[in-house]
Order: sequence, then structure tokens, then C-alpha cells
Amino acid sequence: MAKVPVQFTLNGSEKAEFVESGTTLLAALRDKIGDTSPKGGCHQGTCGACSVIIDGELRLSCLTLAETCGGADIKTTAGLAEGGVLHPLQRAFLDAFATQCGFCTPGMIMAAKVLLDRTPNPSREDVVEALSGNICRCTGYEPIIQAVLLAARANSQNAA
Amino acid sequence: MAIRRGRGVAAINYPTGMNLGGDPTQALVHSTPTGNFMVTLSSVDLGQGMKQIMAQICAETIGVPTDRVIIDTADTDTGPHCMGTFASRGTHRAGNAVIQAAKEARQVMLEVAAEELEVNASDLETDGQGNIQVKGAPQKSISIFDVALSAHFKRGRSISGRGMFLIPRSYPEKETGAMKPSTCYAHACTVAEVEVDDETGEVTVLTVKNVFEIGRALNPKMVEQQLVGGSWMGISHALYETTEPYYPNRDHGGTDFNQYLMPGPGDLAETEIIVLERPSADGPFGAKGPGEMCANPQIPAVANAVFDAVGVRIDTLPITPERILRALKAQAAG
Repeated sequence: MAKVPVQFTLNGSEKAEFVESGTTLLAALRDKIGDTSPKGGCHQGTCGACSVIIDGELRLSCLTLAETCGGADIKTTAGLAEGGVLHPLQRAFLDAFATQCGFCTPGMIMAAKVLLDRTPNPSREDVVEALSGNICRCTGYEPIIQAVLLAARANSQNAA
Repeated sequence: MAIRRGRGVAAINYPTGMNLGGDPTQALVHSTPTGNFMVTLSSVDLGQGMKQIMAQICAETIGVPTDRVIIDTADTDTGPHCMGTFASRGTHRAGNAVIQAAKEARQVMLEVAAEELEVNASDLETDGQGNIQVKGAPQKSISIFDVALSAHFKRGRSISGRGMFLIPRSYPEKETGAMKPSTCYAHACTVAEVEVDDETGEVTVLTVKNVFEIGRALNPKMVEQQLVGGSWMGISHALYETTEPYYPNRDHGGTDFNQYLMPGPGDLAETEIIVLERPSADGPFGAKGPGEMCANPQIPAVANAVFDAVGVRIDTLPITPERILRALKAQAAG
């Protein structure tokens, strides 16, 4: 099958790949580019582990075709830390003990980032709603909710 | 037709590990040339914190800071034998094996230090900061870094140790059937409050209050994390999750997350966790297994709360609206 060229920005750097038509963005990111931070949980859009941010919107990379991402600005959890310093959300997930096996964590952090980008001071209900497309086996969710609220507080203190 | 409230209580005691044929775990400890300590295990860390806890146990036993310990659980083909991380056995079984291995390594380390300092090994102690010193005369000391270099390049010693922990198989007594199927027991008690809609059969868990007695909490924050997640998982098992909804008929099992009901963050009960620490005699530093047990007492507590609310006994899991409505119908038909 003929391969399709696709170019997009991933975490601030230009990427160009040839992918087979029908390749998901998840497969392109993990297998072609080597960014394994999005996880393949269900491969059918029901678990949220593969979540990435495309042009500011939360998207499931397992249901997004790579060839539709030409020119897009894509962000993944792997691009959050700057110069070895963790992003406030990553720091908060550690401090709140919000991760155990870690498989859902990158998707949770992506969902939380889109929330905080739009709603810097979310209510608990806002956080629950924002995370409602992501499932977690280990934590019982409460530590994750607390981590997102903690990150929001840390952000507003830094801004003040 | 109304929303009815109920409250249920349940208590459990829960075994740590199992010995149906013997329950072994082994560990190896050795020092690197620069005095870090490598623990080799086949006991895998799948998010439950095995690496952190084993590093703490090894560090405490040898007398070094935790960050001087490296845990290798990479390969169950080549590592020391472990039965596996199940039945809440990881901390207890692997922890005991690591203590034995670390003690043997510590003894070699002290012997090498004794040769360097020209004293008796029995007169030496560790300061917990990476040094070995003479008891009562801490100015006479040597760093573990230098001890390891000496062992490797001068004395030709391997600072290493072997650890084995085996619970032998217990056979039932012919007359009574009595046996000892496990070692220490953890305990828990849960009170659950629910609302049951007797028109739809829907159950909402309002609050769940848990007390867990888990021996010594070797890492209190990680224990709390496990208990919070486990308490939620217990409710999830009570009300939602099953691979065989019409068991023993195995049809209609969920094959993906469209069909297998996995609750999200919107279905949380107000949860309280209290930890009681009663150190076990045979556990590493008094630990028991807090792993699986924490997801169990919520299930009978919720079932009892449903009975308290609407007067029907649901004895098949999960407690679905369908099962409650069928039981209410049978009750009304009397």
C-alpha cells in the first residue's frame, strides 16, 4: 500500500513521517516517532489512556488517523517537562500519590491539562467531568482528583 | 416507590500469602564496587510499590540510606525464585527474604571494614548515613564506599548475601481438617451507607468507612494509597464489575470497556480510611499484606446495607439493579 506523508508539530518540534494509510496517530507516535507516553489501552476509544492534545483539544489518538493530522500542533505528556523540571501537573501527581501502575497517568494528565488551560481554578465537579473519559484501575480516582486540584492551586499561587 | 436508605457492616480477616504446596521467595543482595547495594528479585513491581518497599527493607537491614539500594526485578527467568506477587504476599515473603540476604551481606561488609580498621567486626556498627564506625568511638570509622572498594580490589571478598523465605506446605489433620493455610492475618471492618431506589433497583453508595489492621505500615503514604484504591475497587466489585453476568451461564460476558462496566471518577462514595498497626511476629519489620484484603470488606458491607434498605438478600455479585428488582418482585409475591 502506498504510504502517505504527514507533517505535524509534536511538543514544539517538527516531525515528518511516511505512514501507511489508516495508521492511527497513536501508532505513529509510538512506533514511528518513539513517543511512548500515550498508552494503547483499549484501542477503541473507551479508556482514555491514549489521550493527546491536538490544536488545544483533547483527542483520543487511538481513534485519530495520523494522515488527518497534517499541520496540527500535537502535545503529549512526554513534552510537558521543561529542562528537566516537571510540569506542575506531573509534580502534583507525584505529591498526591495519584499514580500506581501508571498506565492511565499520561491520559489523565492530558485531560487535566486541557481543563486547567481553560479553567485555571476548577471545582471538584469540573475535575470529575474533565476526567470522566479516562478510567483507572488502581487509585480509586480520588488521589487523581486531588492531584489536579493541587496543581490548580500551585498554578494560581505562582501566578499571584 | 421511594429512595430507601440502609447501613451495613462487615468484618474480615485476611491471610497473607498461601502455601498450597509451599510458598517460597528468594532474594540475592550484592554490593557494587562503590558501595551501592543491588537486590535481585523475581518479585515484580506492577505498581504496588515492591521496589520502594524492598529498597527500604534492604537499606534498614544493612544500615545505609534507601537511595543507596537498587532493586532489579527485571527477569523472572533468571532472577531468584519467587512464587509471584499475589495473595498479598509480596511485602511479607520477599521482605523476609531480603532481610536474610541483607544480613549476610552486612556481615561480610563489617568483616571487610574490621580488617581495614584493625578491629573486631562485632565491635562495629553502621551510622545509617553510609559509614561504619566503632561502637562508642565513632571517630574511628570508614565509609561504605571505601569498604566496597577494598573488598573488590584489595581483599577479594564479595559483599553479598542469599535470602530464602519458605512457608512449608501444611497438610490438613485427618481427623479435624485443621491446617495452617497461611501465616499472619490482616483485618478490616467496613461500614457502608447506601441509597436504594426500589423502583429502578439502582444503588448509590453514600459513604464507606474502613478500618484496616495491616501490621506495620512500612510506607504509610503508599499504604494509604493502596487502601483508598482498594476500598473503591471493593465497591466496584460489589455493584458493577463482572466478566460473567449470568454465571454459571458464561454468556454475555463483557469483552471490552463498552460492555464491561468500569466505573469512572463520577461514581465515588465519600471514603474514610483508618489504619491500625499491630506488628506481626513473622513479618518483615512487622508488616502484613495490605494488598488484596483492602478490596474485600466493602462487598458484604454493601450487600448488608442493601438488605437494611429494602429487605432483600442479594447473594450473587455484582448487586445489579436487575437482581434487586427480581428479589423485590419475589418478596412482594411472598
